[in-house]
Amino acid sequence: MSEGKEIIVKDSIDQGTVDAARALESDKYAEGFVTDIEMELAPKGLNEDIVRYISAKKEEPEWMLQWRLDAFQRWKEMTEPTWAMINYPKIDYQDAHYYAEPKGAAKYKTIDDVPKEILETYAKLGIPLKEQEVLLGVEGAVGTAAEARETPPKSSQPRVAVDAVFDSVSVATTFRAELLKAGVIFMSISEAIREYPDLVKQYLGSVVPVTDNFFATLNSAVFSDGTFVYVPKGVRCPMELSTYFRMNAKGTGQFERTLIIVDEGGYVSYLEGCTAPMRDENQLHAAVVELVALADAEIKYSTVQNWWPGDADGKGGVYNFVTKRGDCRGARSRISWTQVETGSAITWKYPSCVLRGDDSTGEFYSIAVTNGRQQADTGTKMIHLGKNTRSRIISKGISAGKSNNTYRGLVSIHQKAAKARNFTQCDSLLIGQTCGAHTVPYVENRRGDAQLEHEATTTKLSEDQLFYTRQRGIGEEEAVALLVNGFVRDVLQKLPMEFAVEAQKLLEVSLEGSVG
Amino acid sequence: MLELKNLHAKVVPEDGPAREILKGLSLDVPAGEVHAIMGPNGAGKSTLSYVLTGKDGYEVTAGEAKLDGVNLLDMAPEVRAAKGLFLSFQYPMEIAGVPVMTFVRAAMNSQRKQRGEAEVSAPEFLKLSKIAAAKLRIDPEMLKRPLNVGFSGGEKKRLEIYQMLMIEPRFMILDETDSGLDIDALKVVAEGVNALRGPGRGMLVITHYQRLLDHIKPDRVHILSAGRIVKSGGPELALELEKSGYDQILKSA
Repeated sequence: MSEGKEIIVKDSIDQGTVDAARALESDKYAEGFVTDIEMELAPKGLNEDIVRYISAKKEEPEWMLQWRLDAFQRWKEMTEPTWAMINYPKIDYQDAHYYAEPKGAAKYKTIDDVPKEILETYAKLGIPLKEQEVLLGVEGAVGTAAEARETPPKSSQPRVAVDAVFDSVSVATTFRAELLKAGVIFMSISEAIREYPDLVKQYLGSVVPVTDNFFATLNSAVFSDGTFVYVPKGVRCPMELSTYFRMNAKGTGQFERTLIIVDEGGYVSYLEGCTAPMRDENQLHAAVVELVALADAEIKYSTVQNWWPGDADGKGGVYNFVTKRGDCRGARSRISWTQVETGSAITWKYPSCVLRGDDSTGEFYSIAVTNGRQQADTGTKMIHLGKNTRSRIISKGISAGKSNNTYRGLVSIHQKAAKARNFTQCDSLLIGQTCGAHTVPYVENRRGDAQLEHEATTTKLSEDQLFYTRQRGIGEEEAVALLVNGFVRDVLQKLPMEFAVEAQKLLEVSLEGSVG
Repeated sequence: MLELKNLHAKVVPEDGPAREILKGLSLDVPAGEVHAIMGPNGAGKSTLSYVLTGKDGYEVTAGEAKLDGVNLLDMAPEVRAAKGLFLSFQYPMEIAGVPVMTFVRAAMNSQRKQRGEAEVSAPEFLKLSKIAAAKLRIDPEMLKRPLNVGFSGGEKKRLEIYQMLMIEPRFMILDETDSGLDIDALKVVAEGVNALRGPGRGMLVITHYQRLLDHIKPDRVHILSAGRIVKSGGPELALELEKSGYDQILKSA
């Protein structure tokens, strides 16, 4: 195992950057509003009764409860990992609500039962939940988030099926019936546990075992809702699927669980979006996402993560501790992760691929932006087990303000992975003098015939480039956005079109005020 | 058009003490004229172009600089650009991941927006681009590549003039545009520059060598030395300089 090289850039504090970081006002976060709706909360704290409470709320079968309880027993013996390059005060796991649902949520049978406050919340975020509205184009979308989306012309608007998760419950899932006609199961995981117990039993925890890590084990005990997708043999999912996670309630954590299975020869493209209100406290978000691709199947998983990052002084913000892993279980299967990470006070996230099937391919494309006091430790693991497996990693880290951005990656070539290939490219861009960029790539190689390539660059957004751009008439903020977009271009091109536009806009907003 | 009066400016490096570079520079370029500025190394030629365009790290301590009667010195660089000021850089920057056309279109639209004009439409832009590229004999494929990344010195200079033709500024500063160009490229670039000469426009051509001025004929030639214009004359002054060198001219100045 070769120790990765580390690049740390830190200079003296320059006044311009300090001012710029101060100017990073919280009102730039258009998604930071709170929905006023009566909630039903589990009592604060975490114990066996809470685990039972959640399971009972979800009307789960006994096996599921037992699964949770086993996880909880295990979790009590585990300790929080400390190896990541992030600093935060100790989390008091007893000081949070582990379940929060809008009152009466269990009774939503159709979209008409969903309270208008919640529908308005999603409309405000630019996510229409009424199918006829989706068909008509985003008619109901209002406010800055919607304006920022530069909605394409109505007629060409692609249809996207949405599962909307509000705190601990899925409040609506669109286009279910239509998808089911194609054989695609798309519903909340809570429903799937009740309606498709055999599928869930077979795959849940098969990629991220209950005992995988501290946060995954915690999630296994208390997960509330998330999305379940099953694409049968030979089916290309007829539309993009997506889940939109919204954390709203105060003092709660969100523990989502997503499970996507694509059977032989199937294909799905899935998008995930996340936002949360601006709050002074830190909110914990510990998700687990499991992907299973059987022979010749393909899964494209895209994330635009825009949790509230906290204010310029580092007050508040979401702690995002996420375990995402895809298993290329069958031969010639393919999984790609594309992520745009702009939010959260802390990001701890390593979407990974286990390349089990021969000739399978794993890809990871990432843009991680940190500003203010944000800290991100993110990257991927590519575990090559099968023959002729290939993986590709392109990571773009952008640091501004007083933030810290770390790429941490592992490429592991196992004994039987004949002729495995990996290409890794990690680029860091620094804006200002007081931010940090770190690259920690690990390689484990047990094969002589593996082909491994690694490229890494660290660039400073130079004053000269900025001046050159401004001399051509482009204002400072726009100049930064243009230069940053150039830096991340090859990753943005991997995102589905409508997400790319949103991601681009998001980058601009995230970096506003990053130059003095 | 461009009026500089008793301009004093310091360069303020991030590390090290400030040094005064421009020491009472006065210059008047009327509309429709092309003036050349020549001078020995370290005379303040590039400093002048940066001070006029508003680069950080330079501080004007006295004097004034006006474009069409408007004080340039209080304006941000992008505002000066929108007022019609353009600098063809001596060392153009590489902009990774941003194709030439994307960059130039963003620049044109930013300027138009500041002036309250409509954006340039895609077909209009493509038409203009095609004309400019043909004039400068630039391979259109090159315009799809990231700006200046991996381009030769000569190609970069050509692209500066391409940008100039697209943006159609009213006052242009060419900072050693001839460096890095072979004689054929020099002719092509000069033709491009000359296309922008006109009654409403002015130019300041900074160069070390007469050869550029063979192709871009100046109305006036000024010699800059130690931060001031020490001698001015017609085009013959450049020829004289070429013959006898700075030392001789400065002695007689």
